[in-house]
Amino acid sequence: MDVNRRQFIQISSATAAGLAVGGLGFDLAPVKAHAGMLKTKYAKETTTICCYCAVGCGAIVHTSKRGDGRVLNIEGDPDHVINRGALCSKGASLKQLVENENRLTQPMYRAPYADKWQSVSWDWALERIAERVKKTRDASFIRKNEKGQTVNHTTAIASVGSAAMDNEECWTYQALMRALGLVYIEHQARI
Amino acid sequence: MTNHWIDIKNSDCILIMGSNAAENHPVSFKYVTQAMENGATLISVDPRFTRTSAKADIYTSLRSGTDIAFLGGMIKYILDNGRFNQEYISLYTNAPFIVGKSFKFKNGLFSGYEKNAKGPAAGKYDKSKWAFEMDDKGVPRMDRRLKHKRCVFQLLKKHYQRYDLKTVSKITGTAVADLKRVYEAYSTTGTRGKAGTIMYAMGWTQHTTGTQNIRTMSIIQLLLGNMGVAGGGVNALRGESNVQGSTDHCLLWHIWPGYLKTPRASNTTLTAYNEKWTPSSNDPLSANWWQNYPKYSVSLLKSFFGDKAGAANDFGYEWLPKVDDGAVYSWFDLFDAMYKEKIKGFFAWGQNPACSGSNANKIREAMGKLDWMVNVNLFDNETGSFWQGPGMTPGDIKTEVFMLPACVSVEKEGSITNSGRWMQWRYQGPKPMGNSRPDGDIILALGEKIKEVYRDGGVFPEPIANLKWDYTTNGMYDPHKVAREINGYFLKDVTIKGTTYPKGSLVPSFAFLQADGSTSSGNWLYCNSYTEKGNMAARRKHKDAVNQIGLYPEFAWCWPVNRRIIYNRASVDAKGVPWDRRDWVIYFRGNEKDGKYVSKKWLGDVPDGGWYPMQNPDGSWRDDSKYPFIMRKHGHGQIFGPGLADGPFPEHYEPLECPVEKNYLNPQMLNPTAAIYATAADAHATCDPRFPYVATTYRVSEHWQTGLMTRTQSWLMELQPQMFVEMSEELARLKGIQNGQRVMVRSARGQVECSAIVTKRFKPFRIGSLTVHQVGIPWHYGWRWPSNGKEESANLLTPPAGDPNTRIPETKAFMVNVAKR
Repeated sequence: MDVNRRQFIQISSATAAGLAVGGLGFDLAPVKAHAGMLKTKYAKETTTICCYCAVGCGAIVHTSKRGDGRVLNIEGDPDHVINRGALCSKGASLKQLVENENRLTQPMYRAPYADKWQSVSWDWALERIAERVKKTRDASFIRKNEKGQTVNHTTAIASVGSAAMDNEECWTYQALMRALGLVYIEHQARI
Repeated sequence: MTNHWIDIKNSDCILIMGSNAAENHPVSFKYVTQAMENGATLISVDPRFTRTSAKADIYTSLRSGTDIAFLGGMIKYILDNGRFNQEYISLYTNAPFIVGKSFKFKNGLFSGYEKNAKGPAAGKYDKSKWAFEMDDKGVPRMDRRLKHKRCVFQLLKKHYQRYDLKTVSKITGTAVADLKRVYEAYSTTGTRGKAGTIMYAMGWTQHTTGTQNIRTMSIIQLLLGNMGVAGGGVNALRGESNVQGSTDHCLLWHIWPGYLKTPRASNTTLTAYNEKWTPSSNDPLSANWWQNYPKYSVSLLKSFFGDKAGAANDFGYEWLPKVDDGAVYSWFDLFDAMYKEKIKGFFAWGQNPACSGSNANKIREAMGKLDWMVNVNLFDNETGSFWQGPGMTPGDIKTEVFMLPACVSVEKEGSITNSGRWMQWRYQGPKPMGNSRPDGDIILALGEKIKEVYRDGGVFPEPIANLKWDYTTNGMYDPHKVAREINGYFLKDVTIKGTTYPKGSLVPSFAFLQADGSTSSGNWLYCNSYTEKGNMAARRKHKDAVNQIGLYPEFAWCWPVNRRIIYNRASVDAKGVPWDRRDWVIYFRGNEKDGKYVSKKWLGDVPDGGWYPMQNPDGSWRDDSKYPFIMRKHGHGQIFGPGLADGPFPEHYEPLECPVEKNYLNPQMLNPTAAIYATAADAHATCDPRFPYVATTYRVSEHWQTGLMTRTQSWLMELQPQMFVEMSEELARLKGIQNGQRVMVRSARGQVECSAIVTKRFKPFRIGSLTVHQVGIPWHYGWRWPSNGKEESANLLTPPAGDPNTRIPETKAFMVNVAKR
């Protein structure tokens, strides 16, 4: 059964009205069961951990299995032992972070002295970044310091970030930066 | 956190200081409330009456930057009134250690001080002057009775003798009666079976005395026997979902994954490096866990370089960068170097320094001196678009900027680690929006491109060519492959205690790691997180500990080795009996014969090492036990901390910018080892009539950090639409400011337009004969969002100085002026 948004609202309000007159003999069970099913029947359900503070609250994400495949709803996970379904204002708004028209969805490039961005491809951007890294690194690389000790580093490239990445990404990122010889590696924990 | 979120419910007294948990970690209050329902006392100490204060049994205020004076007074109160746990401190802490004769404290300086000729650190100490006396076996000399005049306990008494109620009150602006109420309530947790906890956040760290603020509380927790117990501990409420994990994996200049040291130039070989950083103890009762250092460093090198790392080439040690001895490459130093045009290329990966760094005008100016910048984020931000920000002329700025779209966490898979050290797995819901990608894919693809450009040669290409980079499945980044690498593998068949672990299998825990190259582990602390039993972080079982203290040992996974409360062997007395018989964490239940323990069995949490208790039931001492603070060289909790840059005991110093001309405790105004920066963009002004009011920054529930992820959302912006400054009714009257009016807040470094919130939440302080006003500002705004460009970052105002140990900026105490527009 296809249910459009209008029908969904009708069912929901019927549920609300039904609850209000619950003592009058209506059998609400089928309506409630149907309303509960809508969220899951046409959606993939996954669990996540909130991306804001470090309490580590659990949330449930419902993603549409149809159409655009986007997020339908995000809510607190009642089976998570820390938050037991509760979320703060930010956590309760998680859907707006994901389904947000202000998001960057394309690599952008700003040329020296330019006054605007231009849209570029991933390959184009990554190839040029790799070239810049090589040029700067090779021009600045220090094999030995003034005392003659081996240092094998560059102080002309720096990196900050990121506590917003997953553990596995953090590990991979630091490995790459250290392999390049960076010593200026910092992130949110320092500030 | 030494403990974890749910554990707060076990506390008898909760001190929230340097944090506004109800506002910034709202779900933590589920457990604060539970504790209170069970009779716990909640104390809130904050310059401002916050949402946390509104829930507290006891609230009092202090002037920003005076926490050591406040807590030093509590140490004195605990000592004067005998509130400490004598048995605990004499056996488990270094209170009985004898300090050498060269240790002195005079005129606000410890022995061994030397002023620096050039900054940023104002001075440094020769820490050898603070060393413990050793016996002829090389074990620290101790007086377990705590009577020796140079034992730590007696020196502590002497040091805090000066922190009497009147002096403290004159510094902090807190009424003497309030100080007494707080000290009395908190120090009752020194009673056997009672637990007190501290919930702190950036309100303690962001000071030129940040590390020592926390040290002061650690001393209190040790004195009261609150370390290792349920409802106790020292609990940093970390502010980012994975800042614990990103710290564990060491996206920081000074450490390698698992808190190993970044090698110094003087550590010329792997052997020299391991020798330098592996502590040794001659005390058979000290576990000295870091003696395993070489196993962790070699296993890490194997994860970096795989088959290319072998004994013949020092496991690739030479390929990794060394830092110059004595040099510092911290955040402040990084942007100082960028400002001085020494940095040409810059990655701002998932971070917005144009708004998050202290003295952000300097950072924004510095970014104009780069050749290129890579900005990876969910949204365009003040960093990537700095060249078109306020006061910038794009035509004058050469910096080339690549802005790469990362996807949101629910669009990818992987793990994060919360403040309680719980590693939790997240799953992919929708696919990445548009052309955005998981950071993992971007990192791997960039690594591939860089490897390509070095294929035809370049300067020292070995580390790039040899970097193990096989973390894809079907061409896509595979977080499971990295998670397994972080855990670590046996790289050949290895037999340990009669069991053979086959080549290619996952290492069960870090106790199995080897220093000969036969194991890999990207981070020894996470070894045990992804084993042959599966992905431990993905577990969801609800079974609790038998006494329902909220350990949930099979829900997610926590480091180290799933130990939910660290230092838990200090939660029992010498015979292995818990101080708290109800909310116990571990309990020794080995068999007993003739007054002696004859078999080992611990119940409860994973103990900090499974050795026998220190004593038998008949009171005889065992020689096969270990002291509980296993990560310390001498096995004892450190009341005396001889490793810190600014002294073994915390001492009160004023912030770089302060409203008083005198430090009432010693003749030094500023921490004599603080880091202060000195370019033309680093102005500061203390006791300056142009900037008469103390200011502090903070957060609100509806926004997050620089606000980039929340300023772009309509619901949250409706709740907290604009930059504001909170001030007392008295200050508003003085300045003729009306509630809601737009005003300018200025410091020696910049200005920010704000809406005035005139409130009873701030009250003027009486500091000596002075009336001191304090104001507060959130730091969530920036010109890019909302797009009217009028709401700016509080960090345009914050100062160019940091803590000597960490160089964390002093954004919680500085001086400003407020005026009508």
